[in-house]
Amino acid sequence: MNPLQKLFPNIDDWGEIGRACIDTLLMLGGSLALTVLIGLPLGVLLYLTGKGQLRPMPKLYAATSLLVNILRSVPFIILMIVLMPVTYALVGTKLGIRGAIPPLVIGAAPFFARLVETALREVQQGVIEASQAMGASLWQIVRHVLLPEARGGLLAGITVTAIALVGYTAMGGAIGSGGLGDLAYRYGYLSYKSDYMLVTVVLLILLVQALQMIGDRIVARYKRR
Amino acid sequence: MIRFVDVHKSYRVDGRDIPALQPFSLDIADGEVFGIIGLSGAGKSTLIRLINLLERPSGGRIFVGNTEMTALDEPALRAQRRRIGMIFQHFNLLASQTVSDNVAFPLRLAGERDAGVLRARVDELLARVGLSAHADKYPSQLSGGQKQRVGIARALANRPTILLCDEATSALDPQTTASVLELLAEINRELKLTIVLITHEMDVVRRVCDRVAVLDAGAIVERGAVADVFLHPQHPTTKRFVNEALPEEAASELAPFARVPGRLLRLSFRGDATLTPALGRVARETGVEFNLLAGRIDRIKDLPYGQLTLAMQGERVDAALAALRTAGIEIEELRR
Repeated sequence: MNPLQKLFPNIDDWGEIGRACIDTLLMLGGSLALTVLIGLPLGVLLYLTGKGQLRPMPKLYAATSLLVNILRSVPFIILMIVLMPVTYALVGTKLGIRGAIPPLVIGAAPFFARLVETALREVQQGVIEASQAMGASLWQIVRHVLLPEARGGLLAGITVTAIALVGYTAMGGAIGSGGLGDLAYRYGYLSYKSDYMLVTVVLLILLVQALQMIGDRIVARYKRR
Repeated sequence: MIRFVDVHKSYRVDGRDIPALQPFSLDIADGEVFGIIGLSGAGKSTLIRLINLLERPSGGRIFVGNTEMTALDEPALRAQRRRIGMIFQHFNLLASQTVSDNVAFPLRLAGERDAGVLRARVDELLARVGLSAHADKYPSQLSGGQKQRVGIARALANRPTILLCDEATSALDPQTTASVLELLAEINRELKLTIVLITHEMDVVRRVCDRVAVLDAGAIVERGAVADVFLHPQHPTTKRFVNEALPEEAASELAPFARVPGRLLRLSFRGDATLTPALGRVARETGVEFNLLAGRIDRIKDLPYGQLTLAMQGERVDAALAALRTAGIEIEELRR
């Protein structure tokens, strides 16, 4: 008997844990990319149409803000279940990695959009005024002033969102999306194999630590004040 | 030429119109340094922002050269703004970009893509403001004066005809202020650039401006050549600004001299009159005696001037005053 077996008597297939890790990373990567792709423009829209900003549009802002708040106020586990028909319509399945990505993105994009809005509001008003005085168009201001100047805050926002997504992917396990959460739920919770639980929890902790470290490093490198 | 015609501005706050600038008209000539001085809240930031339409007037028309700014659509306005440089109290540089990239920024906005052209122009501009050695630094690594120099280089990048200075030296210490003002004067001389600056310091106006307008509670209360306004302020607000620039003048109020006998006079010399020994000569010729009570000899931009408060006694004081006037000296009788 090797020492691993002694420590984790119930785990006979470490390969399964490895595959679950990969599944979690795939769900995380895919949903994070889509979250940024959708959340960034949404955040810019929130920022630009806000009161006293570059293109104040109170009605559009109120509508976007309401939608974002609604999506953020539904607990993720419920959001996943509510969204099942939408998920099926979008990707043709409610299960696995593919089935997990739509609810993950719909859950995380509004959260990220708020972080984007906050990060953009940190950009000095004077810098925006200066670029207007130089004849910059709205698009040029967004592309060449707002986004680069808010880079530090945006990268920190991506880090926070990635970590929130790790939690969401684990919850996805409860409704059959695969990954580490699925493993912990099926073996650790339903079958009382606490060594499975321990391993997945440790792996999730390591993953979150790694994400935070990488995020902090990137932010430190790009943040200039 | 910058021309305001019957311009006024008010802000709408909670459904009510709060007036910021009373209706006014104003011409600023090509190549001059025009100062607008006022206390905070007087409306000077609003006034300077009307020129490039960062603030839209509530009424009236604004011309820059032959272009009516107030009649332009968005794209045409953006094109015009590129011809008007602007610098700011807090510099407003891009913190995420190097000095070079900050200076290149307006060129890139205008569509310049050629790296060689950009580099040549940026090098030229940084050399002009004395920052060639700092091209690859970030704004956070520079002092306030250096940041403002980057701001000036950036404002000049598109070869503007007008430079707007929004309290450009208010965040700087006196020495740095002097060197930035010197740079502005040099740019005005060498590039024939029209400069409009707003400030709350009369000293800034005295050092670089040709003409000045005094703004008080949204109204232009006094305007004219700096020497006239500075030596003979009319409005109480103007007097206050002048007295701040000349603390010893404030002391020349009459009270301390109540016991000094004779007629109390204030003599103003300008230009060549400052450089001739008129006072001594006239005193000798007319036999009057004078007692010097307060005074200052300095420069208004490039014009030497002197202003002396003195008490004069003798038989022929009137003859002496006539002779001084003939010599080009302005005289105010403070007390007979």
